Amino acid sequence: MTAFQIILMGLLIICAVSVSFSKNLLNSILIYMSFSLVMSMLWICLESPDLAITEAAVGAGITSVLFFVTLKKIRAIDASGNETKEEKEHE
Amino acid sequence: MSRKKTAEEYRKTFAFRFFRWLSGEKDPYTGEVEMHPQKEYQPDPGAALRHEKEHDAIMDKVYDTEHNKWLHLFHRLYQATSILFCLFLIALLLVTVSYLPAVGTATRPVNNEVAERYIEKGLEETGAVNIVAGMILDYRAFDTLGESHVLFTATVTVLILLRLNKREKDEAEVSDRRFEPKNDAILQLVATFLVPIIIIFGIYIILNGHLGPGGGFSGGAVIGAGLVLYLNAFGFKKTERFFTEKTYKWVCFFSLSFYCLAKSYSFYTGANQLHSVIPKGTPGAILSSGLILPLNIAVGLVVACTIYAFYAMFRKGGF
Repeated sequence: MTAFQIILMGLLIICAVSVSFSKNLLNSILIYMSFSLVMSMLWICLESPDLAITEAAVGAGITSVLFFVTLKKIRAIDASGNETKEEKEHE
Repeated sequence: MSRKKTAEEYRKTFAFRFFRWLSGEKDPYTGEVEMHPQKEYQPDPGAALRHEKEHDAIMDKVYDTEHNKWLHLFHRLYQATSILFCLFLIALLLVTVSYLPAVGTATRPVNNEVAERYIEKGLEETGAVNIVAGMILDYRAFDTLGESHVLFTATVTVLILLRLNKREKDEAEVSDRRFEPKNDAILQLVATFLVPIIIIFGIYIILNGHLGPGGGFSGGAVIGAGLVLYLNAFGFKKTERFFTEKTYKWVCFFSLSFYCLAKSYSFYTGANQLHSVIPKGTPGAILSSGLILPLNIAVGLVVACTIYAFYAMFRKGGF
């Protein structure tokens, strides 16, 4: 295992922990996206480029976009990308 | 003609008023009865606040940990138990993992004759240079068929949950416009350059699935992502020129049934030791490896349409 892979794995753990500790929903999705991106790099290191392409397209792209749309529909984030007032008051 | 009553007297009788009401000349209530227009119902914000305060007070009393010793003890116990349980679970999993055979040893259960066969005879039997594609679309094509149907079933479920009827659709159009900034110049310019590249890259991944890394699913996902970007930049009106619910229906129907028929044929010939008429071709050429290329195209079409359909349904409940 090279140093590069160890760094990537450390990033994975950081992403996974910080998703659950992030208060802002938008930030959580962005961290989740970066998790998928790091994961796809790791797949290439593990010599499975098939999975890497799928991970980058589905994990980092489409799933996050669906999350964004859902959050927008339930008014958890407004048009400018910040959390809405109701959400803040709730907190 | 003589009248028994004069006109003035007649105006006071019940019959006169009755016929006047019947012919609709004058409503007896208008002008006679005092009427107030009804006010629109507005919830009292004070009442809601009071109710919330009462609720809070009740909750404070019930969960008054300062004065209720038993509750306090229970909360502490609950926290301690949950931490202990988590630690126990982590330890259990770590111990289990330590019993697994080491990576790369010859005695691993993964090192069996199936994997050996795939690696040694895969190229010869399937004609695909990319052994992964040979595995998922030839040896285990039945699994991939199931996966495509799972995707299709997922879209149908989302369709059942999120689809709107015609009247609701018009309202959805309004809300969609409010939530999505349309005609964003930067986004449109970027999309003009990026969308063709993304879609061509997806097509390349699909068509090259049996020669290099990639295949139907990943290529379809890339094309779907390109379509979503196009939709975001230019709106539903532009995409509806080439992609509607009908397109989705027919593409999915033809791809899935083509997959079923093609694989049924090869399973039938394989199980009965018959000679298949589908040529294998020379490994490495673009038109080679028998059924894998058309199957890749079918899977890619289903996946691309499914991803676009998901996004469209999430956004406005229809295409």
